[in-house]
Amino acid sequence: MTAAIAARALTVRLGGNVVVDGVDLDVADGEWVTVIGPNGAGKSTALRAIGGLLPFDGRVELHGTAVDRLPRRRRAMIVATVAQTPVVPPGMQVLDYVLLGRTPYIRPLGRESESDLATVDDVLGELDLEAFAGRRLDTLSGGERQRVFLARALAQGARILLLDEPTSALDIGHQQEVLELVDRLRAERGLTVLTTMHDLSTAGEYADRMVLLSGGRVAAAGTPREVLTERLLAAHYRVRVRIIEGGQGPLVVPVRTENVPP
Amino acid sequence: MTRTAPGDAAVPAAPVAGNTDVDQNHRVRPAGLRPLWLLGGVVAVVVAVIVGLAFGPVTLPPGSVAAEVLNLLPGVHIHSGLTDREVAIVTELRLPRVVLGLLVGAMLAVAGAAYQGVFRNPLADPHLLGVAAGAGLGVTAVVATRTTTGDATSNLPIGVPLAAFVGAVTAVALTWLLGAAGGRSRTPATLILAGVAVSAFLSAVQTYLMQRHVDSLREVYSWLLGRLATAGWHDVLLVLPYAAVTCAIVLAHRRELDVLTVGDEEATSLGLHPQRSRYLLLVAASLGTAAAVSVSGLIGFVGIIVPHTLRLLAGASYRSILPLSLLFGGAFLAFTDLTARTIAGPAEIPIGVVTAFLGAPFFVLVLRNSRWVSP
Repeated sequence: MTAAIAARALTVRLGGNVVVDGVDLDVADGEWVTVIGPNGAGKSTALRAIGGLLPFDGRVELHGTAVDRLPRRRRAMIVATVAQTPVVPPGMQVLDYVLLGRTPYIRPLGRESESDLATVDDVLGELDLEAFAGRRLDTLSGGERQRVFLARALAQGARILLLDEPTSALDIGHQQEVLELVDRLRAERGLTVLTTMHDLSTAGEYADRMVLLSGGRVAAAGTPREVLTERLLAAHYRVRVRIIEGGQGPLVVPVRTENVPP
Repeated sequence: MTRTAPGDAAVPAAPVAGNTDVDQNHRVRPAGLRPLWLLGGVVAVVVAVIVGLAFGPVTLPPGSVAAEVLNLLPGVHIHSGLTDREVAIVTELRLPRVVLGLLVGAMLAVAGAAYQGVFRNPLADPHLLGVAAGAGLGVTAVVATRTTTGDATSNLPIGVPLAAFVGAVTAVALTWLLGAAGGRSRTPATLILAGVAVSAFLSAVQTYLMQRHVDSLREVYSWLLGRLATAGWHDVLLVLPYAAVTCAIVLAHRRELDVLTVGDEEATSLGLHPQRSRYLLLVAASLGTAAAVSVSGLIGFVGIIVPHTLRLLAGASYRSILPLSLLFGGAFLAFTDLTARTIAGPAEIPIGVVTAFLGAPFFVLVLRNSRWVSP
């Protein structure tokens, strides 16, 4: 498989501090890779750099083209990013929000074509959001909003999807609903998915491979079973966990230190 | 979790977007300028013109005034029933004043809406950002220091709008830099505080200049209080090119302003150059403000009242707010000018006083409803 994303020696400095330090990361076409790591490990920063949203040292290629050499509109046709806390413009209806995803296809100072509207109609239908088209985004629930954020990203028509903590504000039911949706879209549209996630068990159930970042560096990479080990998580999260074999992947159960028998 | 964007303090909490409607296939239509609203704006402008021409120290029949306005069109000859003196009042005294009011109101409203979009701040207004004070300083510098004497305000030198523009751009740059000094802790209110500080500083410089040139105090004061009363076709022609450039640039960017509501990083991920758009819009809005200030003096709050009311009634998209601000902003100032010259008749009160009486309570309302002004 060709690499959809290839990062080499990716280094990002924010405010003089090295936040991402020499990260190598490959995501094959159609693969789902999840980046995990403790708070401050540089997960979101790495994701934003790969999406071309932050200046960086090193090299990031998307389908073989350096991301920092791509014109912005072209880049937006290749990679779509859903931020951890997307801004919800007050008063904007869902249809208009999803139409923002067509921005890279609209010439500067132009307006949406019928084809853009048709694309958005398709996406709204695919995500079962037709009934919400005329609703104001700021009146929707967390799960509904997350589907709308995904819809905007899909309207971009990009084959690479970067999702920063896509389930962090959702209850367990909506978490599963959103991740199943992403998995279905990945299969149907042949998308490549790179996410960051805090919920390790859930992350392990959906990802083909995982990358553990710690202190801005890659501490481990491999299948969920290779990365989600008691030793690695104890070393980098400073937590005691038990790993239980689940149906789709290893389940990570935190254990209170004082209750654990010696 | 999601952040609520700065953008719109006065949007009602209804579940359906204010400008939502459906097409013949019952599909929701995207936001944009609706024909009914456009028609409403045109009607408001026409009514403002007719009423503005008909009423004043001498009251004339609106129907006759309308006929006389139509007579200005090539090939139209309607008997209006007005005497030669009344025709002169309509076409030579009141018409340039009403047209200038339309232009100034349109520019202040469009500039206000543009500033609100660029800064993603509902309180952004040419006056609160210090732009008007900067433009005022530019005008004062030219009027106070020019060597010729005479009626300085009735026939402004052609360089006045340029001086006002330099002052306006300097002011908005200072406000932006000062507002950004707060770093990550800055809030929309920080920007307004910075604007207040910049306004105070530039006003102090203006006072100093006036003190150094006492011989031109009368001219400067006459201008400061708002000078639509002395408006002539010269002023209209002076401001027209600036108005055209400003409106063309800002209206052309109305979709980009909608994209900017999701923040710079998301706008970048959608393929936009937020900073490039922002600089261009700032320059255009400052140019319009400068041109307006240079011919009309300091008229506040139009840039808040008009865009916010439209946002509340016609929807949050800049695709409707900007063109409607153009029409309703013009009509609003023409009506306000009519109020200023008739409410205490036969004396006139400065138009800036009327807009302040309307605008100050409105500002408080916006501040109270704004969910993103407090840190």
